[in-house]
Amino acid sequence: MTDYFIGHVAYYFIILLLIIGLWGMLFKRNLLKKLIGMNILQSSIILFYVVSASKYNATVPVLNPKLKVIEPSQYINPLPHTLMLTAIVVSVATTGVALALLIVIYKRFNTLDENELLEKMK
Amino acid sequence: MIFEHFPILIPISLLLGAMVSAPVGIWKRKLTYPIALLASSVALFFSAIGLVYVLNTGTHHYYLGNWIPPIGIEYVVDSLSAFVVLIVNGIGFFVMIYSHKSLEREMPGKEVPFHTVALLFLAGLSGMVVTGDLFNLYVFLEISSLSAYALVSVGQKRAPVAAFRYLMLGTIGASFYLLGIGFLYLDTGSLNMLDNAKIIPLLSEKGLVLVSLTLIIVGIGLKMAMFPLHLWLPDAYTYAPSVGSAYLAPIATKVSAYVMIRILFAVFNPEFVSKYYNFTDVIAWLSAVGILWGSIMAIAQNDYKRMLAYSSISQIGYIGLGIGLANPLGFIGAVLHILNHALMKATLFLVNGNIFYRFGTTSIPMFDEKLRKKLPYTTAAFTIAALSMIGIPPTAGFFSKWYLVLASVDKNNWIFVIVIGLSSLLNLIYFFRIIEKLYITKKSDITTNEDVRMNEVPISMLVPTLWFSILVIVLGIFNAYIVDYILKLAIPSGMI
Repeated sequence: MTDYFIGHVAYYFIILLLIIGLWGMLFKRNLLKKLIGMNILQSSIILFYVVSASKYNATVPVLNPKLKVIEPSQYINPLPHTLMLTAIVVSVATTGVALALLIVIYKRFNTLDENELLEKMK
Repeated sequence: MIFEHFPILIPISLLLGAMVSAPVGIWKRKLTYPIALLASSVALFFSAIGLVYVLNTGTHHYYLGNWIPPIGIEYVVDSLSAFVVLIVNGIGFFVMIYSHKSLEREMPGKEVPFHTVALLFLAGLSGMVVTGDLFNLYVFLEISSLSAYALVSVGQKRAPVAAFRYLMLGTIGASFYLLGIGFLYLDTGSLNMLDNAKIIPLLSEKGLVLVSLTLIIVGIGLKMAMFPLHLWLPDAYTYAPSVGSAYLAPIATKVSAYVMIRILFAVFNPEFVSKYYNFTDVIAWLSAVGILWGSIMAIAQNDYKRMLAYSSISQIGYIGLGIGLANPLGFIGAVLHILNHALMKATLFLVNGNIFYRFGTTSIPMFDEKLRKKLPYTTAAFTIAALSMIGIPPTAGFFSKWYLVLASVDKNNWIFVIVIGLSSLLNLIYFFRIIEKLYITKKSDITTNEDVRMNEVPISMLVPTLWFSILVIVLGIFNAYIVDYILKLAIPSGMI
């Protein structure tokens, strides 16, 4: 039971983060808060990949006698971590585009509140 | 031979064009358009070569940097992806020819970034089609989506808000897709599509794969605007600049539909998604609701462009229905509708651009006899595309609907037949009210010759419009060749 808990506790927090992010994106009124929700959602997915490939008592997959690796299961799978480098870049680019849009919206309508925006766009 | 490298050359030439056109454009603005056109035509050339190559020699596997998959990234071009990538670049090239004059009118001085972003958009879509790697697909998906947000945001006053909404929902979709392939990777240990297709049937415990498939369907469904996930689409298409929506509407959602086909039938197999677990039935029924809902909402619209946006939702429904039926006829119907709808929507959105170019508005009440006399060729192109949307026989739209009807009959599902028939009637209503205003109703306030003098748009805008409308008829007549020589080869194995 404790083993199961220790092995899975990170995933529960990731689910929590995912729900917080989605909730922020869908139900927050302020567009900037929606953007923050989006970042939380993306971070939760990045953490999901990172956690899925992490291991105790294991090391990087490099053939080096100093590392004292006895069997292959002591290597960490590096692929999910490298994939996440790309995902982080994508997430940064998305945030950049979103912030640029928010600047334009604020300049045109002088507000970032969704209800006020709908009011002003009528 | 260089032609063997065509799968990578298609996205690379577009990316290279984007990279060159931006700095050169800052130096001399006039050079951007020729560079963009050159890059796009090279991509179109390689897509055409690709289709011929694949039809002659069979499926082409291209290993990037000679790394053998599943370690390396693989590009797979079979007859289906060669077909779709040709549609993407064909539409992209002619819309790019068109965009020059329209941009001069709608956003003078911003041609450089617009052409660059358009090239990135096409590169992303082409990459999504040719890639055989799930994570590579995610990267291309984000390239195309980010440039799509930019294409939307430069439009009318409300466009940034629409683009922001599109960005939010699009990012949720992409994140769900990423999460889905994460689950798939944890279970199979591979990101290569063909490798996954081999491993999935061997798994004894299917739970993780089912979660991953659900997440991927929701994610791609958001990108393709499948019925309950379409909320971003009407605003984005309406407020985008007319060239922007001419880029987006014909190809962006279609490529996502293609990805859906790939994931459902090539990564997972048709039996898995339709017999053991009923994913395809859910897609089919949602699409059927979407077909009717989109058509009804289109009737209620007062603006031509917004009407087209809603009609797009209904047309995506046809593709979803063909995917959801999961039999060979439905597959042919769906893929043929990808082509037909791309051509019809391209024509209709270019017509929208032409009218906006001359009159500065596209509200439906101003479509009348005067407009027809001023823009006779544009009106003719509109009529052909509208007839095709309704599904009048010699035009292309009829044949894809015909295959979908045959597929529904094949499945003994008469409700879908009724849905398709009903939606054609609704299409008839919302297009015929415009055709009636243009051709039948007489206008009494025409007093001078000036009111009705022909005043067509510039030739570089008119030619693409007419070219697409001619293709609607030509491909309608010769659709049997497309089905026999291309699509029948592409039917996924295991589909009965």
